[in-house]
Amino acid sequence: MLILAVKVDEHPAWADAVGVARGLTDDVHAVVFDASAVDELPKQGIRVAHVVEHEVLGDYAPEAYGEALAQLVKQVQPSAVVAPGSEKGNEVLAHLAARAGLPLAANCTQVGGTGRPWQLTRIRGGGMLLEDAELDASCGLFTVQPGAGPSNGTAPVDAVDVHRFTPELAAELARTRVVDRAEREAGVSLATAEVVVSGGRGVGSADGYKTLEELAELLGGAVGCSRVATNNGWRPHSDQVGLTGTKIAPKLYIACGISGATQHWVGCMDAKAILAVNTDPEAPMMTRSTYSVVGDLHEVLPAVIDEIRARGRVDQASG
Amino acid sequence: MSLDILVCVKRVPAPGAKVPLTEDGRDIDTRHLGFTIGPHEECAVEEAVRLVDKHGGSATVLAAGPPEVAEQVRYALAMGANQGVVVDTGEDELDPQATAAAIVHAVGELDTSFDLIMVGNESADAGHYQVGVRVATELGRPVVGGIKGIDVLDGSVRLRRDVGSATEVYELPLPAVVAVKEGLNLPRYPSLPGRLKAKKAQLRTVSYRPEPGGLRKIRLRQPEDNRAESVLLGHGAAAAPAVVDVLEELGVC
Ligand SMILES: Cc1cc2nc3c(=O)[nH]c(=O)nc-3n(C[C@H](O)[C@H](O)[C@H](O)COP(=O)(O)OP(=O)(O)OC[C@H]3O[C@@H](n4cnc5c(N)ncnc54)[C@H](O)[C@@H]3O)c2cc1C
Ligand SMILES: Nc1ncnc2c1ncn2[C@@H]1O[C@H](COP(=O)(O)O)[C@@H](O)[C@H]1O
Repeated sequence: MLILAVKVDEHPAWADAVGVARGLTDDVHAVVFDASAVDELPKQGIRVAHVVEHEVLGDYAPEAYGEALAQLVKQVQPSAVVAPGSEKGNEVLAHLAARAGLPLAANCTQVGGTGRPWQLTRIRGGGMLLEDAELDASCGLFTVQPGAGPSNGTAPVDAVDVHRFTPELAAELARTRVVDRAEREAGVSLATAEVVVSGGRGVGSADGYKTLEELAELLGGAVGCSRVATNNGWRPHSDQVGLTGTKIAPKLYIACGISGATQHWVGCMDAKAILAVNTDPEAPMMTRSTYSVVGDLHEVLPAVIDEIRARGRVDQASG
Repeated sequence: MSLDILVCVKRVPAPGAKVPLTEDGRDIDTRHLGFTIGPHEECAVEEAVRLVDKHGGSATVLAAGPPEVAEQVRYALAMGANQGVVVDTGEDELDPQATAAAIVHAVGELDTSFDLIMVGNESADAGHYQVGVRVATELGRPVVGGIKGIDVLDGSVRLRRDVGSATEVYELPLPAVVAVKEGLNLPRYPSLPGRLKAKKAQLRTVSYRPEPGGLRKIRLRQPEDNRAESVLLGHGAAAAPAVVDVLEELGVC
């Protein structure tokens, strides 16, 4: 059984996709659109790489990537194709699926069986539910949820056998391609911050976030929020944690005045620790958190800030 | 240039802190839940209404599913969309291939040839990440996902998408399909007159039973939640020392 593992960008879920493929067969080939990515493959135990080359594929071009893959699948006839369950992995496999007329299961945590049908488990609602499903097709298409790959490593190999593949792409496909790219200004990013101080409806106003910003700054963290805060215009959407916001996994998530609706919870549930501050001890965020404080966030947070500053002064004085 | 826009929205359950399942585990138990459209799609509707305000044209909203999807179509009309289409596909949840087939069929039934079709980046309940791409491919149109900025130029659209710390720009010729994400805009709450108008609006219904695709849902399950019980650090401002102890223990201050 041959499985193609497609690398579309630098997303770490690529390793998860390779891991899931390898759980099904030893015969895993990589597909890359960037020849320099081949150097990484021996470490991942991959012996064969298909390097897809065409002038239309110089920059990310989802439609052309999908068409190129559809042609490669026709030629190599794999049993399945896997890709990372990242934004671009899902997009490219959707194009492959649409062009090849095949079903696609996105964000799988498990794939089993030998095809016709495959058994799989995928996440729904960003992790609110798991779905067990069957996928029946001549070639199974799957994207793999970040983190779902097996954690055991693989023995590296010495060399990769490189097959060059040049698809026939109509010039028209160049229409869906990146034409410009700009760097955005960097602060402490919500996605990567070690500490996130987050506020919901309980904060009460845009102004109320000043305290959260102060605490975040003291802890070297970022400010987050719930959808109520974004909808009220208190915070930009880029601060929103949850299903349709950002999914984060900080060391500590401090949830202030956030009730803990599932759509919010799936965005923060991967935090190592959660501290909830809420006037309602029965709020789901309070019962599911690691630590909780019952009280008005407008009293609790200033007291915490004072305490941190006080201890800092003591440390400086004694050290 | 004036634009005829189609927005595809999906009726999804809006659970609170728990997602109840039916006894046979095949579905969400929606007896006590409300329904909504996903936030990405709400932004798509808002954007369509704004683009039509600015450039002229029309905004049509379409939902495929059981006849009850009319409720979500009317919500979008209340936000300012001009026409509503219900694609009645029966009670069962469709797989993404069948959903796309239903939408494509309905588009063929309508008199408008849409310049722009807008969908959400992923549906809020199922998250298949593919219905928009399948519709676009079937119609032979270009499509990009993850879009958080749209400018209409003469005969094309300029689209922005955030990727890591960068913004990518695409320029698609019209007619095109765009899959958008929440953050594109701040959707309005429907006004009272808007709601009244939407309530009375005549919806177009297209009945269609598509062939099932190759992805078959067997059962839904709750994910495991093996967090230990929450540790209460205290009440009010008096909890501050205990909180800072924890912060120190975790090595974050
Ligand atoms: C399809 C869909 C997608 C969604 N996506 C997201 C998403 O990505 N992110 C997201 O956050 N939500 C999302 N939501 C919305 C979600 O369902 C909830 O409505 C939202 O998370 C609630 O926000 P909240 O906790 O701030 O508000 P509420 O639920 O109103 O909770 C406010 C909390 O603050 C507490 N409180 C009030 N005053 C104080 C005070 N002074 N001090 C301390 N505590 C106080 C209250 O006890 C309460 O627990 C989505 C919903 C749907 C249907
Ligand atoms: N039943 C449906 N009716 C109308 N539009 C839908 C339906 N299902 C999905 N869509 C659209 O396709 C997008 C992507 O859905 P999905 O592929 O399920 O993640 C959604 O955000 C909607 O805009």
